[in-house]
Amino acid sequence: MKTRDLSELAVRNLREAVLRNSLTTLGVAVGVASLVAMLSLGVGLQTLASQRLTRSGLFDAVFVTSLRNFRGPRQPPPPDSAAKRESRALDDDARQQLSKLSNVTEVYPQIRFITDVRYVGKSESTSVLGLPDSSRSSGAFEGMTGKYFSSPAAEEAILQLEFAKLLADQPSSLVGKDLTLRYAERAALSKDADDEALLDAMMGSGKPGGISIVPREKTLRIVGITESDPSAGIGGFGGARVYLPLKTAEQLHVAQPDDVQAFLSGNPAKPSYMAMTVRVRSPKDVPQVEAAIKQLGFATFSLLDATKSLRLVFTVFDLFLGLFGSLALTVASLGIINTLVMAILERRREIGILKALGATDRDVRSLFFAEAGAMGLFGGVFGVALGWLIGSALTWGTTIYLHRQNLPGVKISYVPWWLALSAIGFAIIVSLVAGLYPASRAARLNPVEALRYE
Amino acid sequence: MSTAPMLIQAESVSREYRLGETVIRAVDAVSLRIEQGEFLALLGSSGSGKSTLLSMMAGLDRPTSGAIRVRERNLAELEADELARYRRETVGMVFQSFNLLPRMTLEENVELPLRLAEVDRSDRQSRVAEALERVGLAARRQHRPSELSGGEQQRGALARALVNRPAILFADEPTGNLDSVNGEQILLLLREIQHSLGMTIIMVTHERPLAERFANRIAQLSDGRLVSDGAQR
Repeated sequence: MKTRDLSELAVRNLREAVLRNSLTTLGVAVGVASLVAMLSLGVGLQTLASQRLTRSGLFDAVFVTSLRNFRGPRQPPPPDSAAKRESRALDDDARQQLSKLSNVTEVYPQIRFITDVRYVGKSESTSVLGLPDSSRSSGAFEGMTGKYFSSPAAEEAILQLEFAKLLADQPSSLVGKDLTLRYAERAALSKDADDEALLDAMMGSGKPGGISIVPREKTLRIVGITESDPSAGIGGFGGARVYLPLKTAEQLHVAQPDDVQAFLSGNPAKPSYMAMTVRVRSPKDVPQVEAAIKQLGFATFSLLDATKSLRLVFTVFDLFLGLFGSLALTVASLGIINTLVMAILERRREIGILKALGATDRDVRSLFFAEAGAMGLFGGVFGVALGWLIGSALTWGTTIYLHRQNLPGVKISYVPWWLALSAIGFAIIVSLVAGLYPASRAARLNPVEALRYE
Repeated sequence: MSTAPMLIQAESVSREYRLGETVIRAVDAVSLRIEQGEFLALLGSSGSGKSTLLSMMAGLDRPTSGAIRVRERNLAELEADELARYRRETVGMVFQSFNLLPRMTLEENVELPLRLAEVDRSDRQSRVAEALERVGLAARRQHRPSELSGGEQQRGALARALVNRPAILFADEPTGNLDSVNGEQILLLLREIQHSLGMTIIMVTHERPLAERFANRIAQLSDGRLVSDGAQR
């Protein structure tokens, strides 16, 4: 029998016992729905975690330091002379070079310094960190009091909550107020004769130029108070309590520990940085970019291994969720077997007639198979829709709960197209396997006995 | 002596059934030769083995021993698929209880053998219409079996049996569930088909008057054995 005829007959047969077949199909749908809901939860949580981690900048970032910095004060230089020759300072030239590497989206130096913060007569010593504009979307500032910096070079500051509590009993009252930073500015000395003579007298050598450390003050507007520590993690090492836009921090020219080294290397006018962060297009680009940076003669560090572990955890998590979901589908497949075995008993005579009219065993088997497959297909499609609804309801409920806790809503359930298609395919396969026994039993019926059946 | 070619040849055909320890011989060493174009009535009382013999000649059942040759091919030796093909292409069947599928319209019932034979859709409509026209049911094509009388249902079953243009038509008590008027109509129709299409008809019946009136040969069975075999006229 041709496939089209087979399908028509199968659909017609399903329509005839509409109540029983609908209930069986509903059983498959509930099985598929539980599977889809479970897995969509797994996928949703994985996506949520991945997005959060990606936005945190930890997994798509390579942290670059100069090879010099990796040697302790008492450690000898590396024996490999080539490595020694390649050992370079992390300065603006290096920054330009790094930003030209393929798959690199952003390069920024780590600017961190100790400062005195003055606010209405109070003075507190703390650590300041410059934040690149991309931190805006890192998720670390969600739920903060106030708002993020108005522009990448705004003269504004965000305070960490614990630090803000030191300045005011009501931290939120600080938003909109001004505070003053006292810091050490690094300035290159001019090469006029007096200065040179002074420097010669001081250094006792013929070094050109030099650096001076000048105390400065800067008034900044407090725009936000954040509870979390956006500087935490690798490259940030945490602990900063005042955050400035990176460009603002750069323009302060605060003296950095490497300045002394730059001065000694004879190039004080070109400041170098302790570390730089290189952001890449996606975490999978990290190894390639890391290798390219090493080629340039810098030390690198990334958290790629951590993402691999995370994927492993979620794969196991998905596996367990899938197993629980599959249990419901297994129960549903028993329903299909039951329905089809009952159908054979009821349709014995029909099978006999079909055989008397020339249907082969294969035709009869295919017909029952097609009916099982159709129940799987309809159940699968309906189940995916139902599973999506359950997932959406869970997301909706969770969002309401989170909003009540003053937390932003999250999408904990996600049905990607591959999950929908796989679930439908799985439902069809399970239904066909469930139809194996009934179909072969129907095909084996003796036509004379089947025709005698009333 | 007839000059018509031999169509079916049963050679010492037996069919046994086992019921626990007991072996029941439903058909016992029956030999029969049927020529093309004959209208043969298999006559006998209930349990005489006539329907079992018909089932074996129609390819629905296999003999325990002996051979049934149709156009020189032994049905007992055919594979299941070849036997199904024989039923699909060579044989048409009419049953006592009509056996139309209740959820299909008359037209769909008649189309069923064409679906199984994978006949092109474009040809099906005309062949279904032709078969229904022949049995006088063209106007009832959209009706379901439950909406038809017994006589109409049996004529519908006859149209289904004819739609594949078979060489042999087997009818198992075709008038058994009909009143005398409808029964006679069916038999008139069978005889008309035999004459106009040259079809071979083998009919099982327990009603001797009908057999004598419409068949041109009667073979009588009793307790599974062939007890008489003779031409009517």
